Amino acid sequence: MTQEAYREMWENLNLDIAAHDGLLGVLGKFYGDIYMSQKGRLQGMEYLDFVLSEVHGLRIKELQDAKAQGRKIIGTFCVFVPEELALAVDAVQVGLCAGADAGKEAAETLVPRNTCALIKSFIGFKLARLCPYTESCDLIVGETTCDGKKKAYEAFSEHAPMYVMEVPQTKTESARALWKAEVLRYMARLEELTGRKVTAEKLAEAIKTVNARRRALQRLNRLRAAVPAPISGRDVLLINQVSFYDDPIRFTASINTLCDQLEERITAGEGVAPKDAPRVMLSGCPMAVPNWKLPYVIESSGAVIVGEESCIGTRNTRDLTDESGQTLEEMIDALCERYMKIDCACFTPNAERLDNVETMAKDLKVDGVIQYALMFCQPYAHEGIKVEKRLTAGGVPSMSLETDYSMEDIEQLKTRVEAFLETVK
Amino acid sequence: MTVLGIDIGSRSIEVVAMDQGKVVEKRQAPTTFNPVAQLLALLDGLDAGLAVATGYGRKLVQDLDLGFPVETITEIKAHGLGAHHLFPAGRTVLDIGGQDTKALSLLPSGRVGKFEMNDRCAAGTGKFLEYTAQIFQIPVRDFGAYALGGDKPPIINSMCTVFAETEATSLMAQGVRPENIALGLHLSIARRTANMLSRVGLVLPLIFVGGVAHNPCMRQLLSEQTGAVIGETLFIPEEPDMTGALGAALWGESLEAS
Repeated sequence: MTQEAYREMWENLNLDIAAHDGLLGVLGKFYGDIYMSQKGRLQGMEYLDFVLSEVHGLRIKELQDAKAQGRKIIGTFCVFVPEELALAVDAVQVGLCAGADAGKEAAETLVPRNTCALIKSFIGFKLARLCPYTESCDLIVGETTCDGKKKAYEAFSEHAPMYVMEVPQTKTESARALWKAEVLRYMARLEELTGRKVTAEKLAEAIKTVNARRRALQRLNRLRAAVPAPISGRDVLLINQVSFYDDPIRFTASINTLCDQLEERITAGEGVAPKDAPRVMLSGCPMAVPNWKLPYVIESSGAVIVGEESCIGTRNTRDLTDESGQTLEEMIDALCERYMKIDCACFTPNAERLDNVETMAKDLKVDGVIQYALMFCQPYAHEGIKVEKRLTAGGVPSMSLETDYSMEDIEQLKTRVEAFLETVK
Repeated sequence: MTVLGIDIGSRSIEVVAMDQGKVVEKRQAPTTFNPVAQLLALLDGLDAGLAVATGYGRKLVQDLDLGFPVETITEIKAHGLGAHHLFPAGRTVLDIGGQDTKALSLLPSGRVGKFEMNDRCAAGTGKFLEYTAQIFQIPVRDFGAYALGGDKPPIINSMCTVFAETEATSLMAQGVRPENIALGLHLSIARRTANMLSRVGLVLPLIFVGGVAHNPCMRQLLSEQTGAVIGETLFIPEEPDMTGALGAALWGESLEAS
């Protein structure tokens, strides 16, 4: 379908059509430069190219069709919001736009200037009427994973149907009790919104659906670890990003097909980068579409990214929900247990993240770790210091970078990344 | 075969020609807004089998058709190599250039261990000195000697170059001796720099390179801030701004040898 065909839909969503056209133009060019220019891409990536080209088109049409059938659309910003519950009430859960410099000036009327780019971006997208996902939502679910976000949601709730889950900051027994209470409160809200009940049968099915997607992504992560790396880190990042808004069943099937192709490629000894290309792991803040700047800088400097220790990466896929629960209560407990394993930097203490980062770096046989923090993201900037100490002690070279979505520091980033690669090889 | 090291920085371009491990030619010119023309003029009459380019303009050199292959390395590696060659005992390198300040630790082999670089802002760089020297209507090359005339430097807190000027102007309005303000401005850079050095784990001897190493006040303050003694544990090359180009040429020699 052409963009023209979607115009009416976008108008109905009250998007700023002219600004939105501009955004799609920039996104398309950016995608072309960063993705289509790669050599030796897998056929399976065509699916992702298609999904990305239709990111504001066909997928939004699907959401509108789902709405017409009475299904509700739930928007989220964080891996803490349990998708299983949304699926169990036949709702559709999608990640929202938060990865580009859009509507920054407008956002700065609601949140302070020294707020991380991700928060400014989701607010900017809303105020500038640029995100068809946000505009399609019946409910937007926030979470208290940092001060910036929790305060931003207060301001955002004046502009969108906002619901906030309280994510605890420790992993004590009382924190787990709080989290369970929050999961139940959220479940009740979903039931009220949709008029449907979460049953054991529906939740069991939802748990299987989401686990299947996690398994496909785990498989992808195992395969990409081969030497030479069979797929670029940029492509895997894109896959992780797409996992937040594509239909989970279709997505899982497509990724498994892609993994089959990866296996063939590994058997044939083919890679996207030379065997001796430096292997880099990215660690830290999430990267929402189209935040591809740093991965692009790293891979165009001759390295290959073989792992993302991030919410848009292994933090979202490492742990499965136990599928053995029989009753609704058992399943809810299993869900709570699974989500409390997330090693988000919002937790104190958060020693398991240090272990996970170190284990991952060693398992993937990386030559170095590049820690990525969004400017003004306190939790990851703090942990960056600890992670660096741990990695240094373990003999793994690492470097920390702080940046945002702008392009003004790209030459500086290139110099730092290239210099880092020079030191590890 | 002659190997060229080319360092295209934000303020100046340096070229070092090496043959059999010996420097046979050194040239320098301001970068201006036409670095390609400046470089071509600098290269006039020089022939080489290989060049290694470094600095912000390294990719620019690679894209030129110079009639010989051009490899690139970052200025961090180049300064590490150049500094280690000049002072093999040095363990930490500080490079203050036009718009960048870099601190790097050297492994005993001369390889770069850890490095730090100023981000985005030009606070604490040659540009900062150039900008603030204007307030005193003094050429930047004389600014260090002028600042040494101060004895009671006020603390300048602004990290931003433009705000530092505002701060300096308001100090002038309070009647603070201009030499002292100039010294205070130098001290603000020396403090920032010492912080950056401690982040890479300062081990002496320290090698101070880059254009700002010409500045006598910066040399003295850096010595005071780090405890390094000039000539003993603080080494400064005779031509500190040539270090990057020298390192690039050395890398070219090693590529040739391998």
